[in-house]
Amino acid sequence: MSDSPAIAADAGHHGHDAAHPPYLRHHFISMEQQTETTTFGMWLFLLTEIMFFGGLFTAYLIYRNWYYPAFVAASHTLDIFLGSLNTLVLISSSFTMAMGVWCAETKRSKGLVWSLIATLVLGLGFLGIKADEYHEKYVKDHIPGHLFPGHAFSPVGFVHPDQEALKGGEKPLAPDMAAKTEVYFSLYFAMTGMHALHMIIGIALLCGMLWKASRGGYMDGHIAFVENFGLYWHFVDIVWIFLFPLLYLISRHS
Amino acid sequence: MSDLHAEHEGHEPEQHAEHHIVSPMVYLMIFGALLVCTALTIGASYLEMGPWNPVVAIGIACLKATLVVLFFMHVKYSSKLMKLTVGAGLFTFLILVGMSLSDYFTRAWGQW
Repeated sequence: MSDSPAIAADAGHHGHDAAHPPYLRHHFISMEQQTETTTFGMWLFLLTEIMFFGGLFTAYLIYRNWYYPAFVAASHTLDIFLGSLNTLVLISSSFTMAMGVWCAETKRSKGLVWSLIATLVLGLGFLGIKADEYHEKYVKDHIPGHLFPGHAFSPVGFVHPDQEALKGGEKPLAPDMAAKTEVYFSLYFAMTGMHALHMIIGIALLCGMLWKASRGGYMDGHIAFVENFGLYWHFVDIVWIFLFPLLYLISRHS
Repeated sequence: MSDLHAEHEGHEPEQHAEHHIVSPMVYLMIFGALLVCTALTIGASYLEMGPWNPVVAIGIACLKATLVVLFFMHVKYSSKLMKLTVGAGLFTFLILVGMSLSDYFTRAWGQW
């Protein structure tokens, strides 16, 4: 991921290649080897991230099977429109990031800057929609625990659904099962929160990259940072690809 | 140094895959496929399929993730080392998740 210009070994020492790019680190034989190494390292990091999210997904799957009615009822309180919109936004940002990598590869400075801007705007849009959804949880007393005075978690709405929910086919839950909706919302906040944290870190990196690209950076062929950031961004997209059906689409039919 | 370099070039040219630039057309097609899959998974969640609902949802998600990994993340055009790395990671992931789930699902299931 290193983005700093490498200290170029003097050409006389290496002798073998006249077109020796200055960013080729002296302990690599060729640019191909250096690129392969950085990509390999990035993938190893992403694999640890996959294991990390895998733990959350496993916990979710187990609890979902244990407290299925509570998970279905709690899932129905999520806004499917906002969830779908966020999926659309995130997939689009993955596409614009892929285009950014292509622009960097083909040395299109303007294209790279605009792709990064589009990715940034879509990423911020995702977080904005997510913040709106979190606020709705606050209003409905669906935030687990007693974090906010006057808005402690309350499963009352699942024991006594309001008229609107009943008309929509919602069935009242027994109080002990309704209490388990707190488990669902705990996992909801843990998983989407951890995903959002990854988005925030990504957006910070994206800003730095945009700053450099807007000053004509990444046009010398040294685009390891752009490529590996792209891998990270697509990984964050993949996490959401699984979060969306699991959290929002458990069973919309019942 | 140059001897070492020559020797390396001699026996491992196929190790480093030629840096393949994926065309915007491919990205656009994958983007379209991802949008179609998203629409399908939303639609499928409204159908009554009993135990098949989660299977279909996870299946479509896996398909989407595969498209992203292969094309957006360039694994299809990467070297064997990279493919093996991703494959090994996926395998380990499935072992960890699969073993944990099989333990929970077979131990005192329904008596919590």
